Amino acid sequence: MEQQNEMKLSFPSRSANEGFARVAVAAFLAQLDPTVEELADIKTAVSEAVTNCIVHGYRDSVGTIWVEAKIFEERRVTVKIRDRGIGIPDIRQAMEPMFTTCESGERAGLGFAVMQSFMDKVRVTSRVGRGTAVTLEKRLSERSGKGA
Amino acid sequence: MAVRIEIGPELVTAYLGGEIDHHSAQLMRREIDHTLLVDKPPALVLDFKDVTFMDSSGIGLVMGRYRLMQELGGEVRVTNVSSHIRKVMRLSGLDKLAVLSK
Ligand SMILES: Nc1ncnc2c1ncn2[C@@H]1O[C@H](COP(=O)(O)OP(=O)(O)OP(=O)(O)O)[C@@H](O)[C@H]1O
Ligand SMILES: [Mg+2]
Repeated sequence: MEQQNEMKLSFPSRSANEGFARVAVAAFLAQLDPTVEELADIKTAVSEAVTNCIVHGYRDSVGTIWVEAKIFEERRVTVKIRDRGIGIPDIRQAMEPMFTTCESGERAGLGFAVMQSFMDKVRVTSRVGRGTAVTLEKRLSERSGKGA
Repeated sequence: MAVRIEIGPELVTAYLGGEIDHHSAQLMRREIDHTLLVDKPPALVLDFKDVTFMDSSGIGLVMGRYRLMQELGGEVRVTNVSSHIRKVMRLSGLDKLAVLSK
């Protein structure tokens, strides 16, 4: 896959930055003129991954979150979201729908399920005590004619 | 305001607005729960008409209120759900748990 464009962001893990991160990614991808639905899907998946860094990765501390978006040929896009937080001991288990380590009862355990259903591919690498990286991938539909 | 609350004799309606994520859901939850605990209404309506974005934090918000209303012996209704939000809710089976109307 030949890369055509990229952008990088980093910001502290404050919940006010969840909105900033997904809007920044959407603004970068606007050059591909995605459909409204594709954009909503990507924003939702990015929001899940960034929220996980804040809620789980850095739990009660504040650390840096890195977001890297890339555009490849054939309208393929990847977004990598990375933290240097606590890491995930069992990735398979973490990705199961309804699995959550949150005890407040306010989390559904569906973040990874949302990412997987809204994107084509979700890759997770993690090391306990070192951090987690989630790479989201999606191929945007061909758009005949500009605008629309 | 991310949430406007209307208190009637039979039900409490929470009109949610803007983007629902982990950040905004915390504020909405606080407002809604305060009213529920004081008022103990037989039904809570969550109106999504003015919600422009939602991730799984929105599912947590609905599920948490569903649980609280069960404790209080009441029910939850979810209304005015757009196609994007419906897509997120369907993943959770929430569309079966709470009464979901257009
Ligand atoms: N960046 C991360 N660092 C550490 N642990 C993580 C990270 N991302 C996810 N996890 C672990 O994986 C679990 C599942 O994540 P997922 O996003 O699916 O659900 P959730 O965040 O618990 O709930 P929801 O996303 O529905 O609010 C989390 O409960 C947490 O234990
Ligand atoms: Mg999550």
